[in-house]
Amino acid sequence: MTIFTYGFRRHATYRAAALAGAFTNTIFGILRAYVLIALWQARPGLAGYDVTDAITFCFLTQAFIGPMEVFGGGLQLAQRVRTGDIALDLVRPASLQMWTLADDLGRAAFLFFVRSIPPAAVGALLFGIHVPANPVTWVAFLVSIVLGVTVSFGLRYLVALSSCWVVDDRGLQSLSLVMTTFFSGMVLPLVLFPGRLGTLAQALPWAAMVQVPADVYLGKRDVLGALAFQAMWAAVVLAAGALVTRSARHKVVIQGG
Amino acid sequence: MIEMVRSYVLLAAAWIRAAGQYPVSMALLTVGSFLVTGLDIAAIAVIFTHTGSLGGFTLPEVMFLYGTAGMSFALADLLFGNVDKLGQHVRAGTFDAMLIRPVSPFVQIAVERFTFHRLGRTAQAATVLAIALTRLHVPWQRAWMIPLMVLCGIVLFTAVWTLSGALQFLLTDAAEVGHAFTYGGGQLTQYPLSVYGGDLVRAVTFIVPLAFVNWQPGLFVLDRPDPMGLPYWLRFLGPVAALTLSCVAALAWRAGLRRYRSTGS
Repeated sequence: MTIFTYGFRRHATYRAAALAGAFTNTIFGILRAYVLIALWQARPGLAGYDVTDAITFCFLTQAFIGPMEVFGGGLQLAQRVRTGDIALDLVRPASLQMWTLADDLGRAAFLFFVRSIPPAAVGALLFGIHVPANPVTWVAFLVSIVLGVTVSFGLRYLVALSSCWVVDDRGLQSLSLVMTTFFSGMVLPLVLFPGRLGTLAQALPWAAMVQVPADVYLGKRDVLGALAFQAMWAAVVLAAGALVTRSARHKVVIQGG
Repeated sequence: MIEMVRSYVLLAAAWIRAAGQYPVSMALLTVGSFLVTGLDIAAIAVIFTHTGSLGGFTLPEVMFLYGTAGMSFALADLLFGNVDKLGQHVRAGTFDAMLIRPVSPFVQIAVERFTFHRLGRTAQAATVLAIALTRLHVPWQRAWMIPLMVLCGIVLFTAVWTLSGALQFLLTDAAEVGHAFTYGGGQLTQYPLSVYGGDLVRAVTFIVPLAFVNWQPGLFVLDRPDPMGLPYWLRFLGPVAALTLSCVAALAWRAGLRRYRSTGS
């Protein structure tokens, strides 16, 4: 909890950068919204969404960018591996993964206020978006966001720790970026993907980051099933992270002196 | 001017040699760049599985608009996209080091970490453009515009990048505001402007002239009437728009450089 607060406060120092990010997310939200509007005007009711649903989805995806770190990064871990500071982190008497997770959740909580609310508010003002009336939906949505951030963290943690084995992690990062932006629902709602591709995309962990929380917000999906899906992937990526942390501990050789 | 080009080429060669020390990473980055930007065209393909036309344009036409804008954007990014990193350099104090070297700071910052991996994006856009052109059959009376519009597009995007860099002399921490115009411009020009609202289209025609990257000249190549009803001669104003915006960007950069005060750290 303390680490969570520190994570929140550390990121709160960079208010200007976060606000600038919110501005850019909003502009992109507007541009993407127009494309989706054009599509839904040509095909009303496509994939069970109406135009307002599509606009809401679009601004939700923009709102998720900050907290979910859809474009990767957000962890200083990779840099700490490169500088060797990771050795210090590994000998600390706390789990490296849980420590980083608490810090990352703090970051996400701060960015939720600064980078998620403005794009959604502008979207509501300019185009009008759905606002769920049922408080249960809101609670489910918040739980869904926390689970989404956890899945996102788990995946980014794996990429970051990979730099213990490959010296330059930028290549892996850019591949992870491809998977995340495309299979999370960031570029287009996953419900638009045709046939098998759609089924596959909906089953992969990235769906837990954008598509599933957005569907929970829009009330398009069975809430318990959605949360269970996210919890399952959160457990899987965290378990994988724990395994990788263990082998990293065996791999890292600390040079004395 | 020639001196600037010469130092740019020399420094670029040095950075390429440096990046060549990590060939696997470089290869992965190029593939990654090809794929990441390929997502945009995948998105367009998915959209067209649901509809035959978007904003009144067919798939090959949208691919044509995407390909030309994509090439301009990618080449401008390859050559000058780094200007965007000015804020980081100011914060880290490394910009001061650039100022005391006998090469233009603009060249130094633009060329820094120059690698060819961004060519992945250019290749991707060129492929899309080639496919579009085989399906469109543009006669040469209108096709002559294509190389010209890509060239003007490069100049326009470079000017936007420079403006975004110059803005960071004022807002050191807010590089992302610039992204709204640089990457936002890249996003905007991927689709026919007819999908956007009228006010937005007028703004990108007359204020930030991104409509001249591919929209206005593209209407000429595709021989289409302007859905917004703007005059026909606007289609040929690409070079004028590019020149004007470059002058504005150069002035802004100089003004920023003049008022720059080092933090002294």
